[in-house]
Amino acid sequence: MKTLFKELLFPLIAVLAAFVVGGILILLVGDNPIVAYRLLLGSALSWPDGIGQTLFNATPLIFTGLAVLVGFRCGLFNIGAEGQLYVAAFATAWVGITFASLPAVFLVPMCCLAAVLAGAVWAGIPGVLKARFGSHEVINTIMLNFIGIALVSYLTQYHYKAPGDPILQSVPIGWGAHIARLGKFIPGLPERIPLNLAFLLALFCCFLVYVFLWRTKWGYEIRSTGSNPAAAEYGGISIKKQIILAMAVSGALAGMVGINEVMGYRYRYYDGFSDNYGFTGIAVALLGRNHPVGVILAALLFAVLQHGGIYVDGFSEHVTKDIVQVLQGIIILFVAAESFFKYMSGKLRIKNPGKV
Amino acid sequence: MRDIFSLGLLLSTIRVATPLILAALGGMFSERSGVINIALEGKMLAGAFTAAAVTYAADEKLHMGNASPWIGLLAAILAGLFIAAIYAIVCIRFKADQVVSGAAINILMFGLPGLLSGAFFLSSGSTPQIPKAHLIPWTPIVIAFGAVLLSWYVMYRTPFGLRLRSVGEKPEAADAAGVSVNQIRYSGVLIAGVLAGIGGAYLSIGQSSLYSRNMTAGRGFIALAALIFGKWKPVQTMLACLLFGFTEAVSYVLPGLVKLPSGNDIPVQFIQMVPYVLTIVVLAGFIGSSQPPKALGIPYQKEK
Amino acid sequence: MLELRNISKRFGAVQANDNVSIVVKPGTIHAIVGENGAGKSTAMRIAYGFYTPDSGEIYVDGQVHEIKSPHDAIAVGIGMVHQHFMLVEPMTVAENIVLGSEPGSAFALDLKAAATEIRKLSEEFKLAVNPHAIVEHLSVGQQQRVELLKALYRHARLLILDEPTAVLTPLEVEEFFSILRRMREQGKTVIIITHKLSEVLAISDEVTVMRDGKVVGGVQTKDTNATELARMMVGREVLLRVEKPEPKIGEAQITIKNLTVTSRDGSKPLNDISFEVRRGEIVGIAGVEGNGQTELMEALAGLIEPSKLSGQMDFAGTDLIRKDARSRRELGIAHIPEDRHRRGLLLDFSLAENSILGVHYRKPIASGPGEIFLDDGAIQDRVNDIIKNFDVRPPNPVLPAKALSGGNQQKLIIGREFHVHPKLLLVSQPTRGVDIGAIEFIHRKLVELRDGGCAVLLISAELEEVTSLADRLLIIHEGKIAGEVDPKVATLEEIGLLMTRGH
Repeated sequence: MKTLFKELLFPLIAVLAAFVVGGILILLVGDNPIVAYRLLLGSALSWPDGIGQTLFNATPLIFTGLAVLVGFRCGLFNIGAEGQLYVAAFATAWVGITFASLPAVFLVPMCCLAAVLAGAVWAGIPGVLKARFGSHEVINTIMLNFIGIALVSYLTQYHYKAPGDPILQSVPIGWGAHIARLGKFIPGLPERIPLNLAFLLALFCCFLVYVFLWRTKWGYEIRSTGSNPAAAEYGGISIKKQIILAMAVSGALAGMVGINEVMGYRYRYYDGFSDNYGFTGIAVALLGRNHPVGVILAALLFAVLQHGGIYVDGFSEHVTKDIVQVLQGIIILFVAAESFFKYMSGKLRIKNPGKV
Repeated sequence: MRDIFSLGLLLSTIRVATPLILAALGGMFSERSGVINIALEGKMLAGAFTAAAVTYAADEKLHMGNASPWIGLLAAILAGLFIAAIYAIVCIRFKADQVVSGAAINILMFGLPGLLSGAFFLSSGSTPQIPKAHLIPWTPIVIAFGAVLLSWYVMYRTPFGLRLRSVGEKPEAADAAGVSVNQIRYSGVLIAGVLAGIGGAYLSIGQSSLYSRNMTAGRGFIALAALIFGKWKPVQTMLACLLFGFTEAVSYVLPGLVKLPSGNDIPVQFIQMVPYVLTIVVLAGFIGSSQPPKALGIPYQKEK
Repeated sequence: MLELRNISKRFGAVQANDNVSIVVKPGTIHAIVGENGAGKSTAMRIAYGFYTPDSGEIYVDGQVHEIKSPHDAIAVGIGMVHQHFMLVEPMTVAENIVLGSEPGSAFALDLKAAATEIRKLSEEFKLAVNPHAIVEHLSVGQQQRVELLKALYRHARLLILDEPTAVLTPLEVEEFFSILRRMREQGKTVIIITHKLSEVLAISDEVTVMRDGKVVGGVQTKDTNATELARMMVGREVLLRVEKPEPKIGEAQITIKNLTVTSRDGSKPLNDISFEVRRGEIVGIAGVEGNGQTELMEALAGLIEPSKLSGQMDFAGTDLIRKDARSRRELGIAHIPEDRHRRGLLLDFSLAENSILGVHYRKPIASGPGEIFLDDGAIQDRVNDIIKNFDVRPPNPVLPAKALSGGNQQKLIIGREFHVHPKLLLVSQPTRGVDIGAIEFIHRKLVELRDGGCAVLLISAELEEVTSLADRLLIIHEGKIAGEVDPKVATLEEIGLLMTRGH
């Protein structure tokens, strides 16, 4: 219990500190921080629109947060979630368009599989590059972000757009690929709110990731590789395989954003749909201390902020929705700096006293 | 075909390459000292926004006339320094993970200019336009190429450069020789801030006449790619920036000039991809090996 | 010239230096000896400014000086050459030497002046080296000369050398000694930190002996001998014999023929090694560290790429060379690594999770459909078993491994490896950094394992340990087996000669 409290304490401090700094900035631009924060945070609490929309916003963040988490646990930095989710979303739409005539019982699983596979492959590439050539995944994933986004933009513009459509989006997917909105099952929640089954999938994935990492042998191997590759190798674990596996799983998780977006919301591929989900996923994973439960909490926080941002923008005189990103950035900085405290306390214990 | 290699294309290439060169050289100083710098994008944004905002203010509010853009440039340098200082303290003093901190700075800078411009200019996202006479389209270009020469000299012909390189390769050796590792790293990061700030300033008050939201559009990352492609060396990095600048400049000219066999234009997205693909290829070692400084990314901790 | 007075330094739970006082006279070669962990390096690192003492003073030429960084030490004329060279490999010799004290101005580095000065020093001290060579391409002996020049370039009057001969060949050691003599002639003062008594007797004028963080004695070299020094270092008669019954030796468990490891730079840290280890026996390998022991162990454990190996490794009929680490474990090979923090443990993980490293992927740990899920019950059984049988303290399976002391960490690793009832145990430096009570326990367990029929290959830098545990003793020197002796009758002199001379 004490460790749980300690684990929650650091992120909490980071968030509060960030709000304080943000409050100063809000003062600087000439507004009242209390009012601004009430708008920012309070708007998410209304039912059905606030809560429904916030949970919908949280869905992609949970997926990308899990994706980055899995990478981190293997000692890898997946900054490529953004590219992976775009590629996956497009793949989902492609299957939904190409096989539009199939009934849901086939099409839904096919589309979901497309999302997962596309994400896994797009993340697998930097994984293989690292395993085989040792080139750092940070740069490669950043590069593939741009390549992936450009690629699907091209495909949409030249091959999958309805002729004459001024918006850069694909033609709609077949009906069989739609997944239900939660409004269908929850009384009081109108179906116009995009919260859909993918949210439940996201929660389920948190459970799956927990089981995968901590209760299976594969997860043990991934975590060992992340903790100490030399010891993992000594224990018979193939580091190269773990790198590729972890990246693929990470990409698969990021790819599921496509399920939420394409199959549950717009029912087509819409270029530029991601509001920095990939990068925010990094913040979510870090704030959530690289643990699935933390990811849910952090994703909810950022989703609340995202939702509130629009309100703040509209109702406040000087504060714009940019405050959300400013807060996000400060939160991550504080989280990153706290690792200093962890680092210090860890280092003092690791060194073997007898090895002077 | 001959139309492609015209003076206009050359100028275009140089214009596109200039901010890349500035940011990449800045990144070089930081990374050669061992501090990963993916926050170049954020530093450029800081510079771009500050330059535009301050130039406009100097012009309209203080009526400084022709001096305005210089003040703007100075302000951009200060902004770059400020952001770099935050990054340096978090990474060096607090030994935070450098990639995470860099990502944080970038995210911060996606939002901060908008917030501030919304406050001061009542238009979220862009600063008001600055009259053409008060822009500085040529100076940053000169600074950029001058910086290449200066960087080369500093890196290889001054004691500071020697120490910087040693700190990036083997900080323990530098420490044992009495060199302050952290001091050098702070210098490297701050230089990066200055250069990237100038690069950003060029975008807003050199190449265009205002700051618009996220106007760097990934240039900080292309600069990073150029740095890797250029093997962390000043002249090669400049060439890489010119190459990437060329691909972008050509992409404006190419549609209409060169067509695919099918008769269609080459999609612009493919040309956009070129720098990124090249970087991956080089990093994997397909075109010669690109070895980063050995101590890159590892916070320096005195061995017990 | 240099005096440390009442220096004390504590790192966490360890008192590395306890009221240490050492006097080094000018113009002498002064040796500081002691076993691993005696505190000699710490004391000298304090003198050089890497650490600040908790208490005590440093006197240079009779004056108190506060030395807070290497910069301060260099300023008073102290130079240090570390055991692991502090050289920037991609840069040239000249660049390395002048780093931090560059000639010329802040705006222009004058490498020409540097090269001239270096050549001058080279001449004076007979340290031949090419100022424009890239350090990466130099031999170890040459690199050491660069390190010495570094100190001399900064006008060091006192040079501290930490384990200087650890990486040198005997020929290089002779050259090195003549360099030291030349320095003494030129009026320099030299302190060497070492645990090699033969060298101390050969080259030093005075000796300070340290043990467990304290100074236990200071003598004139000509007045003492190896036995006396060894006794002071160890604190008791150097005759620690482990009680062990006669071995019941069976067939060969592993036979190694012409095993060679070739590094990327072409050198052969392991060169044409052949020997065998039979069931029920402990074969010991003694040698100066860095003569191929690490490579031997890693080659046998499957941690070296097959492309770097040549020769044969036969494991009771099965060819090992192409088998990876996991397959070898499955065949019954267990490994206690020489660097337990690097190879042996996942420090952030719990004892329970550490106890399954190596067997985590198969029954009984991995169970359920497809053997995917980790069986918590089986894990608890295993870790508690190990904790009980190997006296791991504190006996709490959820503690992270980094919370344990070195001795208990080692016991955990040993327990884990023993638990699989291996047919061959590879063990390297089993009691390094381990407290005395645990050492005896570990030795007993090793003999027990041998008596159960296991073949044991033991590598240790502690001569006492390897001579008393081994049934047969091989000496390794520069990657080759220099000789085999019967540990019961061989003299330390015999072994020492094989270790340092190779024949």
